[in-house]
Amino acid sequence: MSERHDFEGGWEPERYELQAAPAYRFHLGRRDVFKCLGAGIVVLVLPGRVFAQESGRERRHAGKRDVPEELGAWLHIGEDGQIAVYTGKVEVGQNIRTSLTQVVAEELCAPLGSIRLVMGDTQLTPFDAGTFGSRTTPDMARQLQRVSAAARELLVDLAAEVWKADRASLTAANGRIIHRQTKEELDFGKLTKGQRLTLAVPDSPATTPAQRWKIAGHSAAKVNGRTFVTGQHKYVSDIKLPGMLHGKVLRPPSFGATLVSTNLKEAEAMPNVGVVRDGDFVGVVAPSEFLASRAVKAIQADWKLSPQISSQELFDSLKKPSGEVQDRGDAHRMGSVKEGLNAAEIRLQQTYSVAYIAHAPLEPRAAVAQWENGKLTVWTGTQRPFGVQGELAEAFRVSEDKVRVIVPDTGSAYGGKHTGEAAIEAARLARAAGKPVKLVWTREEEFTWAYFRPAGLIEVSSGIRKDGTLTAWEFHNYNSGASAIRTLYQVPNQEVWFHPGHSPLRQGSYRALAATANHFARETHMDELAHAVSMDPLEFRLKNLKDTRLRAVLERAAKAFGWGTKPGSGRGCGLAGGFEKGSYIATCAEVAVDRSSGRVKVVRAVSAFECGAVVNPEHLKNQIEGAMVMGLGGALFEAIEFENGKVLNPRFSRYRVPRFSDIPEIEVVLIDRQDLPPAGAGETPIVGIAPAIGNALFAATGVRLRSLPLVPHGSLKLP
Amino acid sequence: MPEVTELRINGTKVGVNADAERPLLSVLRDDLDLTGAKYGCGEGQCGACTVLVDGVPTRSCITSVGAVASKQVMTIEGLEQNGKLHPLQEAFLEAGAMQCGYCTSGMILSGVALLRQKPNPTVNEIIRFMEGNICRCGTYPRIIAALSKAAKAMEETGR
Repeated sequence: MSERHDFEGGWEPERYELQAAPAYRFHLGRRDVFKCLGAGIVVLVLPGRVFAQESGRERRHAGKRDVPEELGAWLHIGEDGQIAVYTGKVEVGQNIRTSLTQVVAEELCAPLGSIRLVMGDTQLTPFDAGTFGSRTTPDMARQLQRVSAAARELLVDLAAEVWKADRASLTAANGRIIHRQTKEELDFGKLTKGQRLTLAVPDSPATTPAQRWKIAGHSAAKVNGRTFVTGQHKYVSDIKLPGMLHGKVLRPPSFGATLVSTNLKEAEAMPNVGVVRDGDFVGVVAPSEFLASRAVKAIQADWKLSPQISSQELFDSLKKPSGEVQDRGDAHRMGSVKEGLNAAEIRLQQTYSVAYIAHAPLEPRAAVAQWENGKLTVWTGTQRPFGVQGELAEAFRVSEDKVRVIVPDTGSAYGGKHTGEAAIEAARLARAAGKPVKLVWTREEEFTWAYFRPAGLIEVSSGIRKDGTLTAWEFHNYNSGASAIRTLYQVPNQEVWFHPGHSPLRQGSYRALAATANHFARETHMDELAHAVSMDPLEFRLKNLKDTRLRAVLERAAKAFGWGTKPGSGRGCGLAGGFEKGSYIATCAEVAVDRSSGRVKVVRAVSAFECGAVVNPEHLKNQIEGAMVMGLGGALFEAIEFENGKVLNPRFSRYRVPRFSDIPEIEVVLIDRQDLPPAGAGETPIVGIAPAIGNALFAATGVRLRSLPLVPHGSLKLP
Repeated sequence: MPEVTELRINGTKVGVNADAERPLLSVLRDDLDLTGAKYGCGEGQCGACTVLVDGVPTRSCITSVGAVASKQVMTIEGLEQNGKLHPLQEAFLEAGAMQCGYCTSGMILSGVALLRQKPNPTVNEIIRFMEGNICRCGTYPRIIAALSKAAKAMEETGR
């Protein structure tokens, strides 16, 4: 548990995701050993050979980074016609278990109910980098579509051989191959007889265009919904193994603190309690969580504290020279900002900021770990099962073949569950105890020892003509990230920079990453410019915008909202639009501000969204609504407060998240572009709500707010 | 230390052997394998651990098992009757009123209590009653829709 907050080279923003610095570091030259052990198993693909006996124990992924091309690695048809589909993606509430099942059913021509997805199991599913970046629909749905189409064609081939028939007269439907002339039928299961399909998936098998979808493109209900409404679904925190103990870890009193000494006597004297000490790591195991909590509280420890930055000093700290400005391909220049500013009739320079916020998934990090004969199995809620497998292998000096990570459908993540802290802790305790151990983080641990959405500072400098034409745009983001940093508005002279900062808190991915911060700054600034030239904010945006897809969502949202209609007294309307990860969003919001108390209420919000072809309209709407609600929290009141290395609000009673009474009347307009491939949709719809609310607050009160959260204490100071 | 040896859960007497101070949530989940009630915050703020105690929605994470020893406790596992879902469970499925589902048990039990008190709640009454239950995925509009749907279905079928 050392050097938790030593960030030297600890994090690296990637194109799609931020990587949180590791909570645990292991200074053992492990990588070299891996090279010898981690070769994996190569799946041979023999032309002309389509079957192998299904042993049920074969690994479905070959080398670590390889995407297997063998059909059987992805899909298995049982003799009873039950179809198992294997994907390394995980279900954390995005409802991809359902949408991926729909895609398979569509392409394979099999009933939805006959298909079961095996997800996020490093032993059973092909390697997958992780469930993030809104890549499931564009990548995994496409892959499973290819796999299913190939399987369907193979089944047609097999039936043609059985019947000695022309394959052109055969059709696949409802889990069977049907001979259109003779009306003969053969179940899929009868054709494959439960054997493994070893055929290679062709590069581009004929797949069904979205316009002809009968199962995909429609609103199937959550496939395992019944297990949730009856309480039967087993989340990680619900798993119980024979002989299992409950674990707790001793946490430092503040960030950066190191352990000096401990007195374990009292804890060790408690009946049935085991105490584990391994360097800075101290934990306990007990037959119940109640007892484990008591035991960990009984440990006396001395800590050496180190000075830490507090919330108040945050933004100065983020802007301090963070080394050289780094060009990561996201720095962008066009024309000359200097000339653009000279050509402008109005110039505007403003600074925007966003606070650290917490994912606060309702299911905290949790893991159940079991060692058997040197092999480790861990059930844990993570978005990166193969990543966590690697973390565990490294931590325990075993090859990855000896580590299995299983991710049951998990109680949400929002980008917050990329790492394997709880998995490592549970496995450490389980190894020491010689018994399976379950470890569930408390809410306070979750609020303190997970990683946060980065705080950030954004400076925008712009120039504009009085007719509303943008001439210059300079945009600097400090620390929060580069996602969606570029403007889609037409500006001939631009400079756009991302400056990595020194973050005092451990930070990492969060739904839509910095696209929220960058859209907040950009769309607020655009609103300020519109007012500077007395133009309607919608008209102003459209004047500077050629992108037809962004124009379309702006126009559709405005229409559904009734943009331009004057709201009542004390009310105001705002809008914002944007693009990220292949999808487009525009959000209009109406707010009401109580004149005397300054209390703010978002009355209604309308979003128009376009992500290519829609795979499941109801679930897509659900994601967009959910993103708007979650975004409303970060927009209005969510912020992590910290001082002297402590989070001051690590509880739901102190950290406010949106509740029923915060919810505006929400409307979602979907634009279904069946002519375009589907893009992911779990993240982008979050980016519009904050600037739309901020702009609406300005319209209602004349007060311009440039920091998220906009109304941290619930009410606005009115002039 | 006083021990609780018997509880009445979902209409059945069950034997336990639990320190009376332990939270009801811990006994339900760890001793009785009734894991439908979830840990979310440990301070009664999120509602994921909600069960009904004599019909009253109760945060089992801050309720000691000793305090409910003589009372009727209902958990999500007891709501389905003879393989038939409660109308609110049906309505949650129809309205797609969940994403990750972790809050669902608590939401449904709070909702069942509301519908018993007010068979036809207005949207404002739903909001006020359900305010203590958090859905971090933000499916609140759908949960409101599910409650309204269930109220209507129950009125029609006389349940």
